[in-house]
Amino acid sequence: MSNSVEQQKRKVFDLKTIEVENVSRIFRISSEKEILALDDVSLHVKEGEVFGLLGPNGAGKTTLIKILATLLLPSKGRAFVAGHDVVKEPAKVRRVINLVSGGETPGYGSITTRENLWFFSQLYGLPKGESMKRIAKLSEDLALQEYLNTRTHKLSTGYRQRLNLARGLINDPKVLFLDEPTLGLDVITAKRIREIVRNRVKNGSGNSILITTHYMVEADQICDRIAIIDRGRMIALGTPAELKKMVSKQTIVSIETQPIDGGMDFMSSIAGVNGYSQTDEPSTGRIKLKVVLNEEGALQNVIHAVSARGRIFEIAKSEPTLEDVYIALVGKGFE
Amino acid sequence: MHEFQVNVRAAIARARVRIKGTIQDPAWMIAEMIIPMFSIGGFILLYRALGAPASYSGFVIVGGTMIAFWTNVLWGMAAQFYWEKEVGNLEIYFVAPISRMAILLGMALGSIVTMVLRVFGIVLFGILLFNVSLNIVDPIAVAIIFTLTLASLYSLGMVFSSLYLLWGREAWKLNELLVEPIYFLSGFFFQIRGNVVVPLVLQFASSLIPMTFGLDGLRKVLILGQGLQSVLLEVSVLIAFSIALFVAAHYVLGYMENLAKKEGRLTLRWQ
Ligand SMILES: Nc1ncnc2c1ncn2[C@@H]1O[C@H](COP(=O)(O)OP(=O)(O)O)[C@@H](O)[C@H]1O
Ligand SMILES: [Mg+2]
Repeated sequence: MSNSVEQQKRKVFDLKTIEVENVSRIFRISSEKEILALDDVSLHVKEGEVFGLLGPNGAGKTTLIKILATLLLPSKGRAFVAGHDVVKEPAKVRRVINLVSGGETPGYGSITTRENLWFFSQLYGLPKGESMKRIAKLSEDLALQEYLNTRTHKLSTGYRQRLNLARGLINDPKVLFLDEPTLGLDVITAKRIREIVRNRVKNGSGNSILITTHYMVEADQICDRIAIIDRGRMIALGTPAELKKMVSKQTIVSIETQPIDGGMDFMSSIAGVNGYSQTDEPSTGRIKLKVVLNEEGALQNVIHAVSARGRIFEIAKSEPTLEDVYIALVGKGFE
Repeated sequence: MHEFQVNVRAAIARARVRIKGTIQDPAWMIAEMIIPMFSIGGFILLYRALGAPASYSGFVIVGGTMIAFWTNVLWGMAAQFYWEKEVGNLEIYFVAPISRMAILLGMALGSIVTMVLRVFGIVLFGILLFNVSLNIVDPIAVAIIFTLTLASLYSLGMVFSSLYLLWGREAWKLNELLVEPIYFLSGFFFQIRGNVVVPLVLQFASSLIPMTFGLDGLRKVLILGQGLQSVLLEVSVLIAFSIALFVAAHYVLGYMENLAKKEGRLTLRWQ
């Protein structure tokens, strides 16, 4: 009896592979200037979960990942990975993690892909047989086989990034940190990486992944839960569906217009407008506006205000996306 | 025990990567053996023109090979972590469950192996080209002095490497500053320590550098035909330097890592 209660408790406890408690991080730039990169963030990641940190550039995503990966100390708060304090027991944390930073291509250019992977495996003390087995498996998963005997300075950036991902998986980490892993990658490689991410947490592997991205669609596709971060603060947390539900009472419209002189600042002052974002469409020279409205009635005001300043080509209502959640929360888009 | 094994594997792997990376370029290896011949040859001819004793030519060969080691310590060891940071390797070392000393040690071992190959070439070329003769009576003494000189030099390299963890370009400048004065002070081409014409201050400064004792010792056992008995001072000083510098590297590295984690300077890019 008591045993099973114990077990159940253990299970609940074990479920959390990452715990972040009121973590803040300040960077001192000069004697006068400080940046609050993380502001009292609390969250946890469960076993078997792909957890996304979504936010614009400079939001604090990388800072949080670095703290969890024992590369940076928090200024305040505590964090645990696999039950170990990242500040007090970094060595224990390092045994169960790995980190892949998108855009980075570590390794040594004068040796081959296989030699690099073998080298990385030795940082985890893998015996030769095990190491070779994993290199074979990973190079198959990432379509690196034909380049195994190529010196890596001859590889294209895309393949060097694949190699970097293979490195991140070489120790089969229980907790994997992926910092913008698809940054600047071609669509095929990016898709492959997303598949690998989903496969790692499948059916009771006990693995979990913390991934940062500023691609909304990517976060929506692969994350079980998402924390939206803005200027160091966590402003929303939930499954993609839960997050989108936050804006289900609101109306989302896309408007295509000509570029408008004097910018879009007038939008914020229109009654009923919760937020908006704009993207240039270089192919047509037009501008795409995404507007989140508190009530459908406000659409009238928006159309009126926009058409007074420039020509409208198209208006459409759209289904809520994570981008709209962000716009609704912050009042503007990512860029 | 397991942890120790992981660290040994990592160190060996790091050494192997360095060795492979270097010997894959045989042309460059040969070039690096020949280039020192110019300054070595210059000094030998100068000494001969001045009618210096024949043993001086041997000193120059010893000095020339040690210059190669010193250059390697500065650019291949000291600047190494800085360079690793540039290419994004530092991050992967620091998230791995290994001692950072294992990486430094591997780097040093790899360097030593490739450098010993090079130095062998330099000595061979020097002997053949300039008809310099060595006078070795105690090969064991040679091995001991040589090993200890390298141990102390590369321990010093490990200290520098740790210091450079936080410095970027400043490290470069310091490296450049350290080249010439060390050549002079440690007495690559002539002895400073115990030399009557050299001011005492300089003699004292020169004895703070492990290389000085290494060079003195090597001259005695390689050229002057002396045995272990006559280099006991050099041996003990080199042992002390090696241990002290290795321990210092360990602490400096730990201290610098912590500082870097506090200040957010372990990686270059952060966006
Ligand atoms: N090492 C650092 N030193 C100084 N400022 C930093 C450092 N790392 C990050 N920052 C600053 O902290 C903020 C958050 O950065 P970051 O966590 O990299 O954001 P994100 O990954 O979400 O783009 C930014 O303003 C950034 O400039
Ligand atoms: Mg980032």
